[in-house]
Amino acid sequence: MAGEFDTTKPIYMQIMEKINKKIVRNEWKAGDKLPSVREMAVQTGVNPNTIQRTYSELERMGIVETRRGQGTFVTENVEAIERLREQLKRDIVADFIRNMTELGFTMNDMIASLKDFSKGEDGKKQ
Amino acid sequence: MIEFERVTKKYGNVIALDDVSLSLEKGKIIGVLGANGSGKSTFLKLIAGLVFPTKGKVLVDGMEVTKKISGKVAYLSELDAYYDSFTVQDMLEFYASQFSDFHKEKAHDILEFMEIQPDKKIRQLSKGGRGRAKIAFTLAREAPILLMDEPLSGLDPMVRESIVKGLISFVDLERQTIVMTTHEIDEVEPLLDEAIFLRDGKVAERVHVDELRETSRDSVVNRLKKIYKGEE
Repeated sequence: MAGEFDTTKPIYMQIMEKINKKIVRNEWKAGDKLPSVREMAVQTGVNPNTIQRTYSELERMGIVETRRGQGTFVTENVEAIERLREQLKRDIVADFIRNMTELGFTMNDMIASLKDFSKGEDGKKQ
Repeated sequence: MIEFERVTKKYGNVIALDDVSLSLEKGKIIGVLGANGSGKSTFLKLIAGLVFPTKGKVLVDGMEVTKKISGKVAYLSELDAYYDSFTVQDMLEFYASQFSDFHKEKAHDILEFMEIQPDKKIRQLSKGGRGRAKIAFTLAREAPILLMDEPLSGLDPMVRESIVKGLISFVDLERQTIVMTTHEIDEVEPLLDEAIFLRDGKVAERVHVDELRETSRDSVVNRLKKIYKGEE
């Protein structure tokens, strides 16, 4: 169970990331109800207080909404979801660029290697 | 709220806890961690009113702990203390007769969740079965404080997982606090709000688990190892 979590990152953040991915991939759609805090805690094997924190943070970011007595729902504000999608993309790209720069690659090297890589991947599929 | 005010506990000449002061908030799951003989079980027994401080005070909700605390505190012992000839159902009735906060219906729900049949005799249960039954009887009490001494010890991974999930499913953190000792830290870490590290009867460190990860990028297990290696 514990193996599912990276030990150097807060668990509430790791669960946030998992939920964000589901929303960005449209697996959980605008207006969908999230599992209750208890259900989510049992599914992930995590303290319910941690899930509560995850939901509060997502609410603060405008990704989910809690409706009194009904539960927590994915926001119906599609712009907020689009912003999240852009944000996740930028984070991954920034990580990539930082790692590559640390190894001494230039921006042109990176663009070239991305093109090469995507050609290679296409090749594999055929 | 649980408070330790300069608590020392000696057994004869042996110091089990040495001048410990701290307070534990409500609604949390707190792990008490440390090597064998570091004072973990004594820490729990002092809250349970099973042993009393040599010096200092232990308070629960502002009241000094006496034997009467058992009405507020459910204590899960490390030991098996059941009559072999009892069935699970007999045991359930026995608990219900001893504790006014024991919920029979909840006990049945938890036993079902843990896949324990009430008509089985205690002696027919495997070690894992007894481990789960013990947890079920503890969780079926609506006591504000649940103390668990090594709830996972000596059990196989499937049983441990079933216990962890049972705990998450049935504890009510709006009204209950869990304090548990364990060596199975990897497995329990996602359950903990806080960890208290004991070494030689003293609190070596106390951490919020997510803060530890956020600020030191460290897991509870690693932290414990560092404390014992003296790297801190």
